[in-house]
Amino acid sequence: MRTIVIEPDYEAWRNSARRLLAEGVPPDEVLWSEDAQEASLFTGEDPHVEPVTGNPIKVPPAFLDMARSAAAHTDTRRWGMLYRVLWRLTLGGERHLLSMATDGDVREIQNWCKAVGRDIHKMHAFVRFRLVGVNADTGREQFVAWFEPDYRIVRLSASFFRKRFAGMDWSILTNYECAHWDGMQIHFTAGVPRGSAPNQDALDDLWRTYYQNIFNPARVKISAMQSEMPKKYWKNLPEAPLIAGLIAQSAGRVKGMLETPERPAKSAPKNEYLKMLHDMNRSEPPENKKPPQP
Amino acid sequence: MDTKRKLEILADAAKYDASCASSGAARKDSTGSKGVGSTGGSGICHSYTPDGRCVSLLKVLMTNACLYDCHYCINRRSSNVTRARFTPEEVVKLTLDFYKRNYIEGLFLSSGIIRSADYTMELVIEVARKLREEHQFRGYIHLKTIPEASQALIALAGRYADRISINVELPSQQSLDTLAPEKNLARTEEAMGHIREKIDERHAEKRGPDTPKPAPFATGQSTQMLVGADASTDAVILGCADKLYTVHRLRRVYYSAFSPIPEPSAILPLKAPPLIREHRLYQADWLLRFYDFKVEEIASAAEPNLDLALDPKLSWALRNRERFPVDVNRAPREMLLRIPGLGVRNVERIVSARRFTRLRLADLLQLRLQLKKLMPFIITVDHHPARMGLDSDSLRARFLPPPEQIELDFEAPPKPAASDFSSVRSGEL
Ligand code: SF4
Repeated sequence: MRTIVIEPDYEAWRNSARRLLAEGVPPDEVLWSEDAQEASLFTGEDPHVEPVTGNPIKVPPAFLDMARSAAAHTDTRRWGMLYRVLWRLTLGGERHLLSMATDGDVREIQNWCKAVGRDIHKMHAFVRFRLVGVNADTGREQFVAWFEPDYRIVRLSASFFRKRFAGMDWSILTNYECAHWDGMQIHFTAGVPRGSAPNQDALDDLWRTYYQNIFNPARVKISAMQSEMPKKYWKNLPEAPLIAGLIAQSAGRVKGMLETPERPAKSAPKNEYLKMLHDMNRSEPPENKKPPQP
Repeated sequence: MDTKRKLEILADAAKYDASCASSGAARKDSTGSKGVGSTGGSGICHSYTPDGRCVSLLKVLMTNACLYDCHYCINRRSSNVTRARFTPEEVVKLTLDFYKRNYIEGLFLSSGIIRSADYTMELVIEVARKLREEHQFRGYIHLKTIPEASQALIALAGRYADRISINVELPSQQSLDTLAPEKNLARTEEAMGHIREKIDERHAEKRGPDTPKPAPFATGQSTQMLVGADASTDAVILGCADKLYTVHRLRRVYYSAFSPIPEPSAILPLKAPPLIREHRLYQADWLLRFYDFKVEEIASAAEPNLDLALDPKLSWALRNRERFPVDVNRAPREMLLRIPGLGVRNVERIVSARRFTRLRLADLLQLRLQLKKLMPFIITVDHHPARMGLDSDSLRARFLPPPEQIELDFEAPPKPAASDFSSVRSGEL
């Protein structure tokens, strides 16, 4: 049994996996660990693997994409599972393996990818930038956001923010890694505690005004809202504190509408355009008045 | 009136329009510009309101003053709401400020009709022009269009917008005559036809070497139909939608349950919004677009309304039991798509996996499929359901939701008590 200690990122896994595969090491002879101390409890062997040169090993590009995204997950079994599928795809001779969504290993990796993909999507959606100032030299506005992803997705989601917000300076802070953009390049720094980011913006109030007024109290569907915007995100969303009140008032507001006296139709005001419309409607050929046949 | 007060009025006035798509735009982004914005792929919902709706775009009206008298609409001329009007600068600033904070994907701008169709269109277009030309805004812009506006203005709107749309609102002219006397279905369709031509021209796959590149134009159009405001059956609504998809190539038809508004009209009494019917129509629409179903298969002349208790695919399968069970190892793709409980993605997975293995129930479990729903309809290596089970009348009963949900009666009397609304809520989908 060999123990491989890696930094928990895709590149580190790929380098080790490449060497192991070149040596032909079967997956059940490798123990993967992200923690050097923990790993030494299990084995006294030298975890270092000698680099081996040989024929490059070909794997489907789709697998590399999967591996990159699964690597951002936090399940500690992912390194071993990724190596097992890599081995099966190559030395194991199961070249078609990725076409088999019914395979347990493939399924497991796909589920990690799905969870990571969803986390990235929610980060794109729920990051809220706060204006902190204007760069005196460049005149660019500077924004800072705080986000709490479930997985290690800051690098995977950064290019979206770079493309979308090229014209402003921004930083996205999380507890394990931060991304910064200055108009030229993105760089990454270590994580920071939540208190490092501002928790409000002068525009939040106007945004809440919008949120409140776009809500229709006659069709409350709380579970639909919560399945897409789970409560864990609420604490960083400026609009979330309004939710309880909007729900509580909705029944009363609908009752008010039902009790409002109905208004009669009002005749058309004097207006050239309206007159033209009414004339056109009257002269419309009768076949246009028939309802479409199902 | 300050911007905040205007925003209250003009967001409230816009909220009944459900056709606020933010997907399907061409890929573009702000790289190398001084501005912000990107589009492409599916739109992002940046928030959700407690009505379960996605908040993706800043959806506002330019003004809620309106010459028309559409009785389902809070902005009609006979309504007594407070009227307001944004300046183009105000909408531009709100859009950019909201966008930079990542509250939104872009702008969905519509307007009550004032003075004339062209005058109103010009107001709306001016906002889009400023965003694109003065601020290099590359985010999503969806503009509502008026069928009677001039061709030149519609072309200009399409040049700045990613999506343009005209709402059909009601699927027959008879209904429009009663409820929206200024609107005309034939003119709406004519305008949609012109828009389709421009979209096709702009996005033609092959262009002759000498043909000049046409002016930029939106990538798609969509529309909304109200459900439950008139007596149209689901067959009529879906027939109209199908025509819009096939003849005018709309990207999306949105169905919006007519919901109570402040300032109700004497011509259109308020009732509980038919939320389940709206949901079933969306499911049926999905079957038309992605599962090769025909309208007559889902809602026929004999049974013109969808079964509210069951989803339309299951309902079709129960009416066509002789076509089941289907062998998932052998049946063609088209038939797999007809199996209740099997979506497009899983059909692809099955088709791809069965080239290498013969599928068993355990394989379907790996795909996280609901076996309970599937089993009566499929054959696998280790499962051959008895035809008896399919033929028995108890099969439908097996799929019915618990009784309290099917008791909901949406063809309720015109004036339901407020308690009816809470029962609608408990029937949440
Ligand atoms: S045209 Fe009709 S639907 Fe549109 S704002 Fe005016 S009254 Fe409302």
